[in-house]
Amino acid sequence: MILLDRVTKKYGRVATPALDRISLHVEPKEFVIVVGQSGAGKSTLLKLLTREERQTSGKIIIGGIDYDKLKDRDIPLLRRKIGVVFQDFKLLPNRTVFENVAFALEVVGMGNREIRHTVPKVLDIVNLKGKEKRMPLELSGGERQRVAIARAIVRQPKILIADEPTGNLDPKHAWDVINVLEKINRYGTTVLLTTHNQEIVNKLKRRVVTIEHGQIISDRAKAAYNL
Amino acid sequence: MKRKLVTFSRIVTTGAVNFIRNAWLAIAAMAVMVVTLTIVLFSLLANATFAHTIEQITSKIDISVYLKDGVGETERTKLITDIKKLPNVKAVTFVSKEEVLKRYVQANAGNASLLSAVSQTDNPLPATIQIKPRDLNKLGDIKTYLSQKDVAALQSDQPSYSGDRKEAIDKITHATNILQRVGVVAVLVFAIISVLIIFNTIQMAIFNRRDELTIMRLLGASTWYIRGPFVVESILYGIISALVSVLLIHLAFIAAHSTLEATSLGLLDINYSAEYFREHFWMLLLLQLGVGILIGAASSTVATQRYLKFKTHK
Repeated sequence: MILLDRVTKKYGRVATPALDRISLHVEPKEFVIVVGQSGAGKSTLLKLLTREERQTSGKIIIGGIDYDKLKDRDIPLLRRKIGVVFQDFKLLPNRTVFENVAFALEVVGMGNREIRHTVPKVLDIVNLKGKEKRMPLELSGGERQRVAIARAIVRQPKILIADEPTGNLDPKHAWDVINVLEKINRYGTTVLLTTHNQEIVNKLKRRVVTIEHGQIISDRAKAAYNL
Repeated sequence: MKRKLVTFSRIVTTGAVNFIRNAWLAIAAMAVMVVTLTIVLFSLLANATFAHTIEQITSKIDISVYLKDGVGETERTKLITDIKKLPNVKAVTFVSKEEVLKRYVQANAGNASLLSAVSQTDNPLPATIQIKPRDLNKLGDIKTYLSQKDVAALQSDQPSYSGDRKEAIDKITHATNILQRVGVVAVLVFAIISVLIIFNTIQMAIFNRRDELTIMRLLGASTWYIRGPFVVESILYGIISALVSVLLIHLAFIAAHSTLEATSLGLLDINYSAEYFREHFWMLLLLQLGVGILIGAASSTVATQRYLKFKTHK
């Protein structure tokens, strides 16, 4: 599903690369946790996957798409296949919860009737039923994060990338979010989660990839936090 | 197909909504566009009017050839036929001695002393051949022909070339040419200014909504899904500005007609301009709409360009 082969990313003329010959293979329906301290290269990795940045060298193939052969006009199509949950939510502040989720469907040209049918279902999955008309600012951090997740999964992507979705949350809300991610994974979506929350990593008992100084220093199944 | 239609209607709706939300920015952009389009329209009308005026004046110009009294009918007919064969000759009319006298009497009806100089029996006025040239600037061949020895022998006097009027016409033509050039330059300058201002307006609108654009991009919105609303918004500027400019010119004619009671403005024959405006109203309106839409669409397409680029460097 996700294949990285000796991927290196350098920013500008900075001598030390943000990512240094990273190789990673993620199977379909896998749940992978990427851990690492700030500046280790986690965010760069995710930005390469969503093609916000281009790798300096190496190969990236996701869902059969070779990023080197990807044309600019096909980037939107790629992004529609990948759901992304951003650390800072990236919700539209002047739109309601419903509209924020619907937005992802409008972008792909789904009809209004279908949108009215689909969005409530997804809001139900993330336990936000009844809050459709709230504005993002009226919600708690955990609720906002779940809106972001709802928006990421509403198009039923094969891959869900979640960048520190628990970063700004208290433990209870953090678990709400993680539970939703596990639920989605059970439905068959490949999940790539970055976090530095030790408790979550330890309790989830999933595959853990550890990045340090732009390199993968360990990659173990059902692992615990070991930084 | 259905998706495309849904997307298209969303783009148009969003553009219209943004247009209303950005009312103040929109007014600034449209003000400049109205000025531009009004100048375009004014230049067009002035151009058509000057062309008409020149046409009117030049049609009155002719060359008069004065015949000796002794020239017989065969010689005269041959001369007329030969003149008609010259390439720059549009029309030839013959005015007999009697007719010339009649016109002279009519023209000087109030002047007894001038009238006493001529009478039916003692008519000193020559029979005249009037030649209307096609192009006033190319009288050379006609002149050459008329000054040929055998042709000159039939004439009682030098042909008259309406010399004074020719000079006046040259001046008008010259002035018109300058005005046309000034008009073109003014139109270009204002078109550029209005493109720049619309540019700025849209860039401000984009700047206000750059987070939204980023999010749209990350969610996989296509280039035209993001750009479309801005283009629709600018096309609306163009349409409204075109309508306003046509309305302004229309009101200006009404004002000139009723308040000033003026029929001309210097060389500009306002009556004819108004008539031309009425007759070509739909064509001019369409033209204005076209120019407005073009300016709007082009400037917004370019303005959004750099916000929509994907990172290409490695």
